[in-house]
Amino acid sequence: MAEKNPYIPFPSEILEVIRHTRKEYTFRMAFTGEVRPGQFFEVSIPKYGEAPISVSGIGDGFVDLTIRKVGRVTNEVFERYKGQKLMLRGPYGNGFDVSLYEKGEVVVIAGGTGVSPVRGVISALAGTEEPRDKHVIVGFKSPDDMLFRDDLKTWAEKLDLILTVDGAPEGYAGNIGLVTKFIPGLPIRDVAEAQAVVVGPPAMMRFSVMGLLEKGFQEKNIWVSQERKMCCGLGKCGHCRIGEKYVCLDGPVFNYTESKDMID
Amino acid sequence: MGYILTKEGFDAVVDALKEQYRLYAPVLKKGEGRFTDTDVVRYDFVETAGQIELEKKSDYAFKELLTPLSETLFFFTEDAVKPADADLRPVIVFLRSCDLHAVKRLDQIYLANGKDRDWFYQRIRDCVRFALIGCGRTCADGFCVDMGSNRSTEGYMFSLDEVDGKILSDVKAPELEGLFAEKAERAGDVTPRYVTENSVRVSVPETVPNSIYKAGLWDEYSTRCIGCGRCNFVCPTCTCYTMQDVYYTDNGKVGERRRVASSCMVDGYTDVAGGGQYRKSCGERMRFKVLHKVYDYRRRFGYDMCVGCGRCDAVCPEYISFSACINKLDRAVKEAQSNG
Repeated sequence: MAEKNPYIPFPSEILEVIRHTRKEYTFRMAFTGEVRPGQFFEVSIPKYGEAPISVSGIGDGFVDLTIRKVGRVTNEVFERYKGQKLMLRGPYGNGFDVSLYEKGEVVVIAGGTGVSPVRGVISALAGTEEPRDKHVIVGFKSPDDMLFRDDLKTWAEKLDLILTVDGAPEGYAGNIGLVTKFIPGLPIRDVAEAQAVVVGPPAMMRFSVMGLLEKGFQEKNIWVSQERKMCCGLGKCGHCRIGEKYVCLDGPVFNYTESKDMID
Repeated sequence: MGYILTKEGFDAVVDALKEQYRLYAPVLKKGEGRFTDTDVVRYDFVETAGQIELEKKSDYAFKELLTPLSETLFFFTEDAVKPADADLRPVIVFLRSCDLHAVKRLDQIYLANGKDRDWFYQRIRDCVRFALIGCGRTCADGFCVDMGSNRSTEGYMFSLDEVDGKILSDVKAPELEGLFAEKAERAGDVTPRYVTENSVRVSVPETVPNSIYKAGLWDEYSTRCIGCGRCNFVCPTCTCYTMQDVYYTDNGKVGERRRVASSCMVDGYTDVAGGGQYRKSCGERMRFKVLHKVYDYRRRFGYDMCVGCGRCDAVCPEYISFSACINKLDRAVKEAQSNG
């Protein structure tokens, strides 16, 4: 058969391993091809299984995959080091259309590993002409759970970054509180036109969107990224289907006007 | 062109077909049913026409040929990946109209949902052709008429109906005309028999408002359904699968990736690493399944997924009726609409 077999993964070399926390590492993988932030790869260790992992960085000849050690596949991934290989297929999914956020006011709200899919978006915002109109609220469970510390420093210098943690030991000087706490205070001038991106755990996304709507954001200007179990990334295995939508094909990035009617 | 054959004549046709094709057909398995001294009709490869069960609908669908319960996709040896071999000898599948309509649903998902075609499905599908078994009377649980799958006018090589000791065949494949002409008693007008009335009727709602997703009608299934997934496994249109990697050796360097049939009713279907889970209750799972079959699939592809074969009703150990659920759904939708 001449047709390409989309299930066959290709080996990709681990160029670098960046350690964020005890459980979260970024694997910089050799890859050349078109990728958008918010897209994902099926990452596998043959014989252990495959898992969908979103792209957390894109560069010349590489993609970054930030992986949390939480399951059978990811536990095994953590046994791999620079110079070794992982099997990949992809990229899959629609990803973010970064050009939508270049002009005007934008808010990005991300929680935990939800920062990975929007890291590329935030970095693009930091490089735009009016970075002070770009607001970013990033939340982690605790100071120890923070990801992309170097990026956080750069972003804090360039755009309006609110970094918060759900809880922290006594004496912690930064913000403490859920990301939703900071939505009412966002200095948005034209809320009817401002764009918003929300990515994180389901409850965090639900309450963040509620907060944005209360503040006056329009539904059509809110974008979310969904995460579901996926076994193929190709629209066949069925696990990620919600209603008539397939997260792997139609998402994972959805406009809120669509996602509000998606009931698991 | 239609042909009327004696049973011996049809035996001769089958013998001739066997030279080129494997024949996959419903077979009555004596004593192999779910309970003591009960029979089951399942698909199997047959050697003679007499083995083909023409009277009873099969309890399990033909789909295991196209989407095996467990299918090895490829083998790993260190970094090398080799697709598994498959049996690609041509095969004729004997099936009824409801199941022939189901093939369109399988093709839709595996070949035309998203831009990528499923390479493993395609290679088997390319080897498969169909023979239509006519339905002289309705089966007990089927509601094919209301689902529009009671009749098939294309997509088969030939049909067969046993009427008064003769086999009636409508031959569509030009390359088989010669064979049937030679073995038939005579040529004649043949229309495959089809059902025009079922004892089970369903009314499928045109649209389903969001309020129905959270409505109380699903609650009863949380107490009745045990989440065994049999309804999915007998369904001719269910396509979901889960990937599974296994390795054989102590050093873990040799292994394979399989896909195994999965079910939206069974625990674990939505589990993500780290403990996340959607649709914990069987009621929610029932809602997810039923709405897919009679609404969500249609929203995506323009026609309903369910073909009304009724196998899910027959196999359910808790006597949950899918058709009854469709009608409950329809009533709930009408009620919601009349309440504005």
